[in-house]
Amino acid sequence: MLRARRIAPYLLSAPALTVYALFLVVPLASMALIGFQHFDFYGGVKPGFTFENYAQIFGDGYYWEIFGRTFWIAALVTVICGVIGTFEAIVLHRMANPWKAVFLLIVLGPLLISVVVRTLGWALLFGSTGLVNKALLGLGVLSEPIQFMYSVTGVVVALTHVLVPFVVISVWASLQRINPAIERAAISLGAGQATVLRRVIVPLAMPGILSGSVIVFALAASAFATPAIIGGRRLKVIATAAYDEFLNTLNWPLGASLAVLLLAANVVVLYASNRLIERRYRAVFAEGAV
Amino acid sequence: MSFLVLEGLTKRYGETAAVDGISLSVQRGEFVSLLGPSGCGKTTTLQMIAGFVEPTSGAVSMDGRDLLAVPAARRGLGVVFQNYALFPHMTVADNVAFGLEMRNVGRAERAQRVAETLALVGLAQLALRHPAQLSGGQQQRVALARALVIRPGLLLLDEPLSNLDAKLREEMQIELRRIQRTVGITTLMVTHDQAEALALSDRVVVMHAGRIEQDAMPFEAYEHPTTGFVCDFLGKANLFGVEHLDGARAVIGPLQLTLPDALAGRLRAGDRVLVRPEKIAFGDAGPSALQGRVTSRVFQGNHWLYQFDTPLGAVLVIRQNDGGACPAEGDDVHLVWRTGDMRPVPGDSAGRGTAI
Repeated sequence: MLRARRIAPYLLSAPALTVYALFLVVPLASMALIGFQHFDFYGGVKPGFTFENYAQIFGDGYYWEIFGRTFWIAALVTVICGVIGTFEAIVLHRMANPWKAVFLLIVLGPLLISVVVRTLGWALLFGSTGLVNKALLGLGVLSEPIQFMYSVTGVVVALTHVLVPFVVISVWASLQRINPAIERAAISLGAGQATVLRRVIVPLAMPGILSGSVIVFALAASAFATPAIIGGRRLKVIATAAYDEFLNTLNWPLGASLAVLLLAANVVVLYASNRLIERRYRAVFAEGAV
Repeated sequence: MSFLVLEGLTKRYGETAAVDGISLSVQRGEFVSLLGPSGCGKTTTLQMIAGFVEPTSGAVSMDGRDLLAVPAARRGLGVVFQNYALFPHMTVADNVAFGLEMRNVGRAERAQRVAETLALVGLAQLALRHPAQLSGGQQQRVALARALVIRPGLLLLDEPLSNLDAKLREEMQIELRRIQRTVGITTLMVTHDQAEALALSDRVVVMHAGRIEQDAMPFEAYEHPTTGFVCDFLGKANLFGVEHLDGARAVIGPLQLTLPDALAGRLRAGDRVLVRPEKIAFGDAGPSALQGRVTSRVFQGNHWLYQFDTPLGAVLVIRQNDGGACPAEGDDVHLVWRTGDMRPVPGDSAGRGTAI
């Protein structure tokens, strides 16, 4: 009886655990294993266990540059998305219906479009003969076209566009939880609109801003399609570099090592920021403790 | 001259008037309650004074100044909200200091005034806690301290005690009254809880459907309601119809009563009279005693609550628990009361509008 009760939870979650193990843990584990195998340019992948792929990555400035670029882009996108998304969410939150619903749909729009279509759209806009450059040249703002394509700027703009909704949704959820009387309380104590935003609304939405930013960072660091199309072959990030190793050089072990390092870095960032957020806001949102 | 004056204050939402032309004067240092059921316009009135709701028409002046011309942030009123509305991300001390910061009060003076006010509400030792770490009663005190520390001209309380449990509410009533007296601040409280309004206020303003029904001292409003609504809303009421009236002699169902002149003069046949449940006693049979059978009996510690079935319909009686025997369910009892305890119920047509 007691024994049955103890194993019941495991039995009940067994189907889900099986799927999880089969389709997530096994591929990840084999990827990690491939990363430790030897690659010979003429012989292909050789069985064995070696750290030479990691040694190659850490020993080569080329990969340092790729890692640096990836996290620089991710950090930039995170900060821009955090600022724009927070602002958007606050404005949306204050809108009256039916505009609120309409604009929320517009904000979430990028998520509804296929990543390839959306990115190619950006490529059309950004090209040296694209709309943006033509307009700026035509208006006489520029004397020669700006290089958006194959530049960090272009990748950051395109990634920001698609990732902003994650911050908006997460900040929105935080704003919904704020008691509207709190704003009135601040006003009654003499705070103007700007002060209410700065001292009350933004701090209370901070958990939402931070958790949205964490999602954005993880997605931006591991993004593939956007850097591949806008960044091209030259402006590599980890995801595109791993892709190239797998499919062009056929150096699977090196590609796997890159992928594992990207995953590890992402996990560290996510875990650390979650710990930080929880510790920082435990006192604020603790329930009932006297 | 009155400190706070509302004149014909009105708020319309489309066709419906949430507040329908109310006028009210509050003296300096007075504690006035706006009492009424939900939807009577009391909260809207408070919000118009605080500046959160724009009145459709009417005027509000405080200390001779037109309050409506001043934006909410500069009215300098202390507001305590129903669910406290504390800043959850700030400590108790920072919550209280917020209003002083907005007034650019210097750091040293700020710290001193925060400490003084927290001591006033009895929370000096909890200054560094966050609101979520406090009990409901403590949060209530922080909200009060935050409103009082800016030394407002007027304190507005919106259902301040409704989120507390019964015992704590009674404690806070006493505490609130003590603090209000100590500071001497003019206070306007909105509540649906008549016990709260009667216990705390110098004056009770009973509101119904956006209008003022009666504006009187608590005892006066309870003992001498001037409208049918107030009879019913304030306290529990037994209402009896007067069938015949011949001078001072009245016939109410099986009862033959000789009314005091003051009452008889204000009654006509067909009017109703009010008898409060606690004014009814158990007595002997007679022409002025109402026979009834106990249909239910509820023990409430210090008193009994009886429901009687009588020829005049259901009658509610409250008797103090003196420790002695008392009638059980199914017993027949004769109910008596002093004719001087009967009150006329102003007809709805006469009551409306003349109350103000």
